[in-house]
Order: sequence, then C-alpha cells, then structure tokens
Amino acid sequence: MGSIELKQVRKDFAGVAVINGVDLKVEDGEFTVFVGPSGCGKSTLLRLVAGLEDISSGQILIDGKDVSNVGPAQRGLAMVFQSYALYPHMSVRNNIAFALKMAKQSPEMIDQKVKKAAAILNLTDYLDRKPRQLSGGQRQRVAIGRAIVREPKAFLFDEPLSNLDAALRVQMRLEIGDLHQSLKTTMIYVTHDQVEAMTMADKIVVLNKGAVAQIGSPLDLYNRPDGLFVASFIGSPTMNLVTGPSAARRGAATLGIRPEHIDLSTTAGEWPAKVRLAEHLGSDTFVYVEADGIGKMTARLEGEAQVSPGQQVFLTPQEQRLHRFDKDGNRIA
Amino acid sequence: MALKQTTGKRVAMTALAWAVGLLIFFPILWTFLTSFKSELDAFSVPPKFLFFHWTTENYFEVQSRSNYLLFAYNSIVLSVGANLVALLIAVPAAWSMAFAPTKRTKDLLMWMLSTKMMPGVGVLVPIYLIFRNLHLLDNRLGIGFVLMMMNLPILIWMLYTYFKEIPVDILEAARMDGASLMSEIIYVLTPMAIPGIASTMLLAIILSWNEAFWTLNLTTSNAAPLTAFIASYSAPEGLFWAKLSAASTLAIAPILVLGWFSQKQLVRGLTFGAVK
Repeated sequence: MGSIELKQVRKDFAGVAVINGVDLKVEDGEFTVFVGPSGCGKSTLLRLVAGLEDISSGQILIDGKDVSNVGPAQRGLAMVFQSYALYPHMSVRNNIAFALKMAKQSPEMIDQKVKKAAAILNLTDYLDRKPRQLSGGQRQRVAIGRAIVREPKAFLFDEPLSNLDAALRVQMRLEIGDLHQSLKTTMIYVTHDQVEAMTMADKIVVLNKGAVAQIGSPLDLYNRPDGLFVASFIGSPTMNLVTGPSAARRGAATLGIRPEHIDLSTTAGEWPAKVRLAEHLGSDTFVYVEADGIGKMTARLEGEAQVSPGQQVFLTPQEQRLHRFDKDGNRIA
Repeated sequence: MALKQTTGKRVAMTALAWAVGLLIFFPILWTFLTSFKSELDAFSVPPKFLFFHWTTENYFEVQSRSNYLLFAYNSIVLSVGANLVALLIAVPAAWSMAFAPTKRTKDLLMWMLSTKMMPGVGVLVPIYLIFRNLHLLDNRLGIGFVLMMMNLPILIWMLYTYFKEIPVDILEAARMDGASLMSEIIYVLTPMAIPGIASTMLLAIILSWNEAFWTLNLTTSNAAPLTAFIASYSAPEGLFWAKLSAASTLAIAPILVLGWFSQKQLVRGLTFGAVK
C-alpha cells in the first residue's frame, strides 16, 4: 500500500511562501508527475513528502497515517536524486546494500536482495565497481537499485534524467516505465520536461509559483486545460494564444489553438500571415509566422511542406479544437 | 634565435628557484652540518662549511646527558594524542557548521579564528597559576589539553572548508537510507572526507610538534617534549653550538621526514579552500 495525501501543505523559507497550500492525493500504484517551470516548488514539494524538509503547516499522510513529524527513513519511501548521490567510496554492491545494512538485516538477506535488484537492472557484472568507473546510465541504475532494494511504499524521483544525454534519456524513460509496470509501486516523479510528464504519467500535477494549477491525466491536460498557464505549459510547440476580434467573435477574451490544429493555406484562411521561418524535421514541419494584427504564431504540418520565408500564407484554426479563455485567464466551458 | 632565449630564461629561473630554496633551507642545513663539528670548529671564524673534521661525538654526548627517547616519546604522544582528541570534537563541530548552519555560524567561525590572533603570553600567568593549583604542571594531560585547545580552531576551520565541498545530497541519500546522524558521519561523511582530514591532521601534528611556548613554560622533565630538549642546551654555562645543533637535528628529524613524505597532502590541505 502506498497512497500519499497532502492536505493544505505550506512551506515558508525566510518568510516567503514557497509552497502555498497544496492539496493532492496520489493513489496506491499511481505514477504521478509533478511538473512546472523552474522555481515553481516541485522539488521542494517532493522533499517535503520525503521528509528531508519540514512542512510549515498542513499534513502529509501516507496510507492514512500522518507522517508530518516522522523522519525520512521511517516514512518507508525511497528517493532517486538528480545527481544520483551515490556513495563514491563504496562499491556498487555496498551502495545498494547500505540501506539494508542500516536496517540491520542479516548478511545473507542483504546479499540475496542486492543480487535480485542487480539482476532487474542489469548491474550484475558491475557489482564490484566504484561509481566513478560507471557511465551516467549505469550510475542512474545503481541509484534506482538502491531505492528498489528498500521495497518502499513509494518511489520519489527528483529529475533523474536531467543529467543524461538525449538518447539515453529516452531509453531510461522506457526503463522506468517498465519498472513501474513490473513493480506496480507508487511513483512520484518530478520534472520540468513536459514530454517526460506526458509520456510517463498516469496523473500530472502542474505546479506554478508554489500552488497547484491543475491535476489530471496527460490527455485531460492536453485537451481541457483549466487556464492560460496550463494551456501554454503543456504541449510543444506552445499553444498559440490569440486576443482581439477573432476571440471576441467567439465570446472569449483569449483563444487558444495548438499548432497541430491549424490548417495552413497559400490561398485563403482566417488569419493572413507572413512566414518568418520553417523548420523541416522530415516527419513534421514547424512554420513560424507573423500574423497580421495578432503577432507570432506557430503551425505544425505533417510531413514535408513547401513553405519558405517571406511567403504569404493563411492560417485557419480547426473550430472543434479551439480553447476559449475569459479575461481572468480561466477556461470557458 | 627565439629558442635560445627561452632556454636561457628557463635556466635563469631554475637557478633562481634553487637559490631561493637553498636560502630558505640554509639554517637547517647549517644546523645539520654543525652537529657533526667539534665545539671548537663550531665556533670558528671564518665559519667552516664542509671541510672540517667530521665527528659524531655530539650525538653520543647528547644521548648520554639527557634521555632523548623520553622527550621524543612525549613529543609523539602529545602531538598525536592531543590532535586525535581535537579531531573527535572538531568533526561534529565542523559538520554542524557546514550542514546545519544558522545565522550565527559565520560569527562563531570568525570568533574562533580571532582567538588565534591573541599572543599566548597574554594569558601565560593566569594559565600557569591555574595549572599549578590543579597540579597539572609538568603533566602530559595538562599540556596535552592546552595543545588540543590551541589547535581546535584550526581543525574546525579546515574541516569546515572540506565539508562544504561535499555534496549535501549524498548525506541526504544516507538519511533516506535510514542512517542515523552518527551513522551518517561514520559511514558516509568521514570516508569521503579522509583526504581533508588527513591533511588537516598532518598540519595540526606539525604545529603541535613545533609548539615551543606552552611546552617550555608548562613542563619541566616528565612531560617535556623535544622543544624543551633543545632549549635545555641553551645553558647558562655557555653556548654549546655543536651539541645544540645535534640536539636540534634529533628533534626536528622525525617531523622533517614526515613532512617530506606527505608534502603533496600538506600543500593540498593548505591551499584547498583557497581555490573555488
């Protein structure tokens, strides 16, 4: 069992509220991602759950029990740090075994559990190496192994893939996903990368300035963002926001339309524009335009599009994919 | 043409470096050479450098006159012992300052450093009287305590700068793994800080070994280290340069050898905090 609940959690640092009254529930076995821009408080929130920082007010409950005053080790959680935080003077075996040693388990038990964790993560050949003799991906696996071996109620990941190169990041993302499928343990994962959030999460918590902006499944947030912040944060390239007569005509202060839901024509359309730049990826083409009376916009076209800078084009949004926001930035249903 | 200039410059710099090195080393070299002269040769004007009758009589006389081994034993026990106790106090102190600082921590560190700026002679009389009343004069525990207290600020400061270099998240990982504070310090912090602790201890031992103010004033025979041994040769009956040189060489030889073999560590220790 590994459900975690936060009730009105606040954290102040030197008088400034870094976490401003957060309520959320993570169900047992769920993969929840905390996502948000730098400084939104996602890492702080994770550290509060872990017990590495004390909360200023509110409650944290694990399986219904209040753990607000309980130390990190007694909460039954395991954390994977962004920098891996491996013990540099210990071998991989001892790194993984450390927690079991602290729990005073028998040497036979420790050996058995370490071997099991190493097998899951393909580390069996590296057990006697020191961290400095390992590659980034291998170190990441040792950090995960160290967490697995504790058989925690929940795993906490603090931006674990930030230090890896792009290709390795994709591979590790899949491995963590597989791990979640096989262990079925609750996982809370912090990242600033919304692609990681969208691909890995059962549930996403979008944070902004220490407060929850929206909670929902990835597609919920994609299709029905509650406000301008979430609308602009989720989705790459960013959603186009249009104010003025086009919005007013549809009963909104601001219109949102994702680049992939815009039709582009060289002959006719709602918004005339001039092409600034076109990025050809082969699978897609991103067209960056300067729309008359609106400003910068982005359109995403499938395949290879014959568009060149300076060309006059017309953009038309797909009506059923339009998002409407009122003057306070909230969604109009 | 250009190549010749560089070589010339290199030769000049090397010669200069050697000259400065020899200049600084000269007093020790002279002492060493004098220890092998007869008393007459030691006094001669103009001073004889290498061409004199080499003799080892001074070393034998120094050994027979006073108990070199007792003084050496005291030096070792006091330097190493006092600093080991200081280390036991300094490690937790430096931990709290590096990993759990408050707004007063910086002031505390500055204050500790400031105590080293005061000349010891200013408190000589009160300390002497207190030690006399507590029967701690000429007592290894007494002088050991003083040496420990003298080095505590240095140990704490140096360990503090080393600990600040250690990434906090490794200690946090240990906490998540269930380590108590003591376990964290013993199993994670100390092994990681061993190079820093080693250089700090080396420096502290050398400082205590050479400490010649408190050791001379608070000890006479039982607890007297090698500093007192050397001083005993500046006797009222006259200057025995050769024997003094032999005594000095015997006193500084151990620490010179230690310093020579650990010079890399020492340099690292002294300059570590300076480069960010």
